[in-house]
Order: sequence, then C-alpha cells, then structure tokens
Amino acid sequence: MSSHRLAPLAVLAVVAALLPLALTNNFLLNIAIVAGFNAIVCVGLNLLIGFAGQISLGHAGFFGLGAYASAVLVSTYGWPPLAALLAGAVAVGLLAFAVAKPILRLKGHYLAMATLGIGIIISIVLKTETKITGGPDGMPVDSFAVLGFQAYGEKVWYWIVAGLLLVAVWAALNLIDSPAGRALRAVHGAEVAAETLGVDTAGYKVMVFVLSAVMASITGSLSAHYLGFITPSASDFFRSIELVTMVVFGGMASTFGAVVGAVVLTVLPQLLTAFQDYEAMVLGAILMLTMVFMPKGLVPTLSALIAPRRRV
Amino acid sequence: MKPAKFLAPSPQPLSREGRGALSGDAITMGADFLQFLVSGITVGAIYALAGLGFAIIYNASTVINFAQGEFIMIGGMSASTLTAAGVPLPLAILAGCAVAMLGGVLLAKFAIEKARNASVVTLIIITIGASIFLRGLAEVVWGKEFHQLASFSGDTPILLLGAAILPQSLWVVGVALVLILVIGFFFTRTLAGKAMLATSYNRLAAQLVGVNVRKVVLAAFALSAALGAVGGAVVTPITFSSSEMGIMLGLKGFTAAVLGGLGNGLGAVVGGLIVGIAEALSAGYLSSAYKDAVAFVIILLVLVFMPNGLFGKRGTERV
Amino acid sequence: MINAASPAMMDTVAQAAPAVAERTSPLLRVENLSREFGGVLAIQDLSFTLPKGRIVSIIGPNGAGKTTLFNLITGVYTPTYGRILFDGRDISGLPPFKLAARGMSRTFQNLQIFFNMSALENVMVGRHLHLDRGVLAALFRLPRLVRKDKEARELAAELMREVGLSKYIDAQASAMPYGALKRLEIARALAAEPKMLLLDEPAAGLNGTESREIDELIKRIAARGITVVLVEHDMKMVMGISDHILALNYGRKLAEGTPAEVSANPDVIAAYLGSMA
Repeated sequence: MSSHRLAPLAVLAVVAALLPLALTNNFLLNIAIVAGFNAIVCVGLNLLIGFAGQISLGHAGFFGLGAYASAVLVSTYGWPPLAALLAGAVAVGLLAFAVAKPILRLKGHYLAMATLGIGIIISIVLKTETKITGGPDGMPVDSFAVLGFQAYGEKVWYWIVAGLLLVAVWAALNLIDSPAGRALRAVHGAEVAAETLGVDTAGYKVMVFVLSAVMASITGSLSAHYLGFITPSASDFFRSIELVTMVVFGGMASTFGAVVGAVVLTVLPQLLTAFQDYEAMVLGAILMLTMVFMPKGLVPTLSALIAPRRRV
Repeated sequence: MKPAKFLAPSPQPLSREGRGALSGDAITMGADFLQFLVSGITVGAIYALAGLGFAIIYNASTVINFAQGEFIMIGGMSASTLTAAGVPLPLAILAGCAVAMLGGVLLAKFAIEKARNASVVTLIIITIGASIFLRGLAEVVWGKEFHQLASFSGDTPILLLGAAILPQSLWVVGVALVLILVIGFFFTRTLAGKAMLATSYNRLAAQLVGVNVRKVVLAAFALSAALGAVGGAVVTPITFSSSEMGIMLGLKGFTAAVLGGLGNGLGAVVGGLIVGIAEALSAGYLSSAYKDAVAFVIILLVLVFMPNGLFGKRGTERV
Repeated sequence: MINAASPAMMDTVAQAAPAVAERTSPLLRVENLSREFGGVLAIQDLSFTLPKGRIVSIIGPNGAGKTTLFNLITGVYTPTYGRILFDGRDISGLPPFKLAARGMSRTFQNLQIFFNMSALENVMVGRHLHLDRGVLAALFRLPRLVRKDKEARELAAELMREVGLSKYIDAQASAMPYGALKRLEIARALAAEPKMLLLDEPAAGLNGTESREIDELIKRIAARGITVVLVEHDMKMVMGISDHILALNYGRKLAEGTPAEVSANPDVIAAYLGSMA
C-alpha cells in the first residue's frame, strides 16, 4: 500500500526539479510560479470538494483576504511579512470557522449559493473599502523577506513555490490515508452511515473547510508578495470559479489531478491568446467538452485508461 | 459609452430641497421611498424572470444553469443591435428569443443530456463553460462595447406622489407580470406544462406514464432561454446591453431561485422581488457601493435559518 | 465472562451470558416514545426494554414503524416525545456519532456504503473511534497513527474474512455485488466493537443460501456477547434465531414475547393477514 502511496509525490518532485531546465526565461518561469500557487490552493480545495464532497464557490475570497492581509499589514503598517502572513491565515481560519458551522449544514446547490455569497461579499468589501485596500485600483505589496533573506526574482520564487507545493501534496496525501481522511471521504460517500460509525461529520466538514481556506490565505499572501501588486479581482467570483474548475477539470478526489488541473488551466489561456478574439469561446468549449466527455476529470479518466482498477 | 449604473435610483429623485421647503420632510421621505421602491420592483422583476428560468430548468433536470444570465444578454444584445440595423422592435425581440432558445436547446442536447449522470459540481462547470462560450461568442459577434435601445414608449417620466417613474419601468414590470402569468397558466392548465411539472415531482413515475423526459428537459431550456431573452430586451433601454450584462443578472437570478426555495417557481419570483427591492432600498439609504452585496447577505441569513429557502420542500433522507 | 449454567439464565443464549447483576439491568429501555412526521405519528407511545446479549427481532407489516424506530434508537431521528435509555443513560436527542461512541452500531435497509472507497477502507471507517482521529497527526503522519492504522487494516481484513468476504479484501466497494455489500455493512458495524448491533433487513434481497449464511453469522455475533436487534421480513429466519420478538403495527406495540408467544398472538396474526389482504 504505502509503497506507491507517495509515487505521485516522487513524480512531482522530479518534474519540479527538472522543469527549470526547460523554463529558459522569466516569462515561462512566471507562468510556472503562478501555476504552482494555483496548484497549492487547488490541493486544499480538492480536500474539501473532491474528498469531502462539499462544494465551495467562494474560496477566492479567502485567497484575497490573505493577500490583502499581507499587503496592508506589511506595506501600510510595516509588519514583518511572515507575521502578516500568519496573522492573515489566523484571521481567515477564524472567519472560515465561524461561517462553516451554519453553512456546511447546507447541501448541494444551497451550499454552492452560500459559499458563492461569502466570496462575493468579501470581494465587494475589498473593492469598496478604498481607504484600506486602495479600492478597485489595488495596492502595491512590498517584497517578502524573513530573517534577512529577501525573496526576489523568478528563480528564487520558483523554488519557494515548488517546495511549498511538494509539502502541500505530501500533507494532503498523508491526510487522505488516515482516519481523518477516511472520515472525510465517508462524509462524501454516505454521511449518515459515517455518523453512525462515530464520525463527527459536522466537525470534519468544518475542519476541512478551515484547512482549505487557510491554505488559500497563505497562498494569497505569498502570491501578493511575489506579484508586488494586488487588486480585488484576486478575490472575485470568476477567480473562485476558476479554482473550482481547476479541481474538477483535473479530477476530483485526486490530489495529483488537482495539481494537473491547476497547471493545465493556468497554461491554457496563455496558449489560447493565439486565438485572439476567439479565446473565450475556445476556453468555454474546451471546458464543456472535457467535462461532458470526462466527467470524472482528466487524471482519473486517463489513469483508468492506462491502469484499470488502480486508483491515483 | 459608460453605462448607467444598473437601475440604481438617483439619490435625489427630484429637487429635494425645493419640495422639502414646500411640503415638509415627511412627503419628501415618502417620495424617496416610493422612488426606491419603484426601482426595486423594476429590477426585481428582471431578477424574478431570471430566477424563474433557474427554477424551470432545475425542476426538469436538477441542473443549475449558470448560463441563464447569458440568455438575458442574448436577448438584450439582439434587440439593441437588430433595431439599430433597422429591424422593427417586436421582430428584433422575437429574433433574440429564437437565438437564445436555440442556444438553450443545444446546451441541453449536446452537454446536459450527455452528462446526465455527472456530479453536481461537474454539471455546474459545464454550464459555466457554456456561459464563457456564449459570452465569448457575443464579443465576437457584437463587440465589447455597450449598446443602446430606445425606450418603448418614450422617456418622459410619469410623476406619482413625487416619484418619477420611467415608462420603460412599467414595460419591464408589465412584461414580467404577463410572462409569469403565462408560465403559471402553462404549468397548471396545459398538458405539456403538467407533464413538465410531473417530471419534477417524480422523474421515473412521469416516464412510466408516458412523459418523454428528454423532451421535457429540452423544453425547459427553451422556455427559460425565451424568458431570459425577453427580460433582457425590455430592460436594455434602462441598463444598455453588453456582453457582460448577464453575469450579475444570472447570479442574482440564482440568488432569487435559492431564496424562494429551489424548484419553486413562485418562490423564485418572490425571491427576485425581495432581492430587487432590498437592493434598491439599501442603495438609496445605506450605500450604493454595497448594493450588490445585499442580495448575498440576505441569502446567507435566510439559509442559516431556512436551509431550503423560504418556500422550499423540506426533505428527510431515507436510510 | 462467566459461562456457568444457572437456572436464571436458561432463557438466554447461554454462551455469552454476562454477570447476573449486569444482566438484570436492560441494555436498552424505551419509554413512551413517539415520533411525528408532518402530523402523522410514525411511532406512538412505545415502551419496551431489551436485555443484554440476546437476539431481538422487531417485526410488523410494512409501514409499522420498524425503520423509524431504528432511526430513533440510533439518533438519526430525534424523538418528538419520550425517552431512550442505553446502558442506563438517557440518550434521547444525542447525535448518532455520540451514540456510536457509547457502543451502538447499525446497518441500513437501503445500503449506505462508501462507494468512493475500497471495501477494506469501508470497514476501517468502522474502526474510526479506536484510531488517532486528529488532523495534525494525520497531516504529519505521526508514527503512532501509522501503527494503529496498520493494526486496523489487519483487523478489517480479519472481519471481512469472518463475514465471508475474503475474496473482496482488495476490491473497490463500487465493484461488489449486492449480497456482498450487505455483509460489508455488517463487518463495518462490527469493526466499531459495539455493545448493540442493529441490523435493518440484513437478508432482504438475498437468496436462500445467502440468507442462511447471514443467519449463522448473526448467531456467531450474538455468541460474542453483542446484543443483536433485527428488523427482518423473513419470518422463518426471525422465528428461528430470535430470543425475543417485538411486534409493531401502525407505530404501536402489538405484542412482545418469545417467538412462540408472538406467533400465537391473535393480534399479530390479524395484522399480518390484514396487511396481506
């Protein structure tokens, strides 16, 4: 069992280590870094959506809150970046905890609606509180520095993101193959049965919601530092939808799928710029066709083709 | 050209100071309130139509169609661009309806039907893909800019108790009302409507008594698309139309449908009016910046206490 | 456990008789229980007690309230009126996961399998309460968690063999046939090491051979000292293995007693004949 449990992680580590050889300029490195940030958020979101079966259409809100916590606390109030990042993560964790309990009692489309609402409210607040956030025009963010080390330049950020992604994937794989992880999957499979076997389903749902929100917040903080500038669009409805789409596109309940989905859907729009005016049409068509013909997503469908009866 | 803020009432309906001096603050306040209420009902009527569209499709297929807003956009864009090209208004509206219905039927036939057994999230992504596609198509065909459409019966405001009502607002509310009544009649009095309703109660049973469930789904998408398109056309003289106009309208329609209780058509209509009026009042009295947040605050509060919306069926899971 | 034959325990399933003092206090006591659904009383003013270490069956025509009673006892529904005491403590209104921690486990009439997991993992979820359930321990995969998980995996495989699922140990739950899934639910429920196991129609949809196997399995479970509460339509099975029977009709108690007493009860006969007519 545990011999190939971490196989995807090993593959990912090798790819991450070799990739810089192919990424010969900062433009390509930049795409890889953004893809990596997205992948970290999606690994967390997949724990919620893919494994626990609870949809969220509002996670960009948590990403945005993390980003703005870092931007405001560091650039306006001069906090050390790491302290700001942690403060943002704690605040987002508390907010997620507070809303999770009533919201996660909801099912299906009602839950989709509630999470969508939370994301949109956060995004409107960030857009409107101009005095703090700079409003729709956004605000600059100082670079990330900790203990005299300053994260600067695409090369440095690439290794930071790659390292964090590997840690996130490792932790997610650990969680899935543990009593808590099985409890989460049991919530998805048959909630009442899980309850009668002693699983505190409400508690685990809240836990995984908070965990995924905190991962989004931390990633938001880091990406704000990396980009050096942040606008409320980082938290808007489209961004939330984009994140969910990455998870579903790559394959729900597959950690590797979440990474693949994030990478493909980050790179794809770059390639589609070749279609110019037709870009949105092509993107929409690709999304529809993939989901119609591979409803389980890219990685589970392809791995079922390659190795039937084995799970990734 | 810059769009007028979406149906937000002007903060000072008429010359506030002048009238205040003449007739006292109470009347002015009443006039303000009436003005906001009229705006709220106008925008609420459009939300109601969008919400009804969500409900009809949900009933037939348990799919939430995130492309519903795009049907509204198609209606608005067709009406404005075709009339600009010299096509008579009624014909332009009909053409918009036809295009939207075609889009709806194609979506149902080639995406929703094929992905019948996919998970809720997968189906949501499919309809989101459809909405991105339709928006992209609209940008290619009509461009990214805003389009105008002349009001159906002029722009001279009707004064009522100090509030100014645009004739187009009456058109919006009137058309929405007629459509809602027609839909109500269709579902309760016609065989086709009853078949669709039966499908929503029990798909299998409906199938057993000879209802063609596949056709019901197609019909539901066509009907919702037509509703959306007409709504888009009548509201365009007030809001202008653009390829992006469907996004917020679609989300508010979804909010209306959930607020009323998914699958409850009348609930969606009431939900739409509640959202519209609440938005207009908070834009008037609190802050126009937070206007768009109001709908979502309401829905969160309602769902916390009523997890199935205001009029939704409460289901017990059978184990 | 004492295994001495004394006259006082002649009426029990001798093998697993616990100490006399313990045995005299009932494992489950239901007092004036009622449950309403939209104005209809699915269970009305129902009172009964169940002793430890027996096989008890709840019978009654369709719609008599058997599954509702199961759902009330296991906390899936909350009572409208009345109390339920388990092992001497009031449990009415507690959520199912807390009841599981007190030693209650069940299967379902309509299968509630975790189809997104392997068969073995299904049984391991049953072991949940005995494992390291925390999230931090899981994220960092602490050694103790790994060790206990390994033990749980072995125990789950053992349980699967015990219920006759040896050949499905490496299977995905979604690839298993109906009859096997019924047993999988039993293995999963047993993994929790319950004091009381409630089986909701374990033989429904099974053929003769399969249903005799379930029969044997239930006897073996009871022999381990687990109180088995059974809802079953197969009267041959019920009369053959039950120590005690509770007959319901329209949510009320119709009769209670040994299989012989209940099957001779005119009200029970009338209810069954009535339901067939």
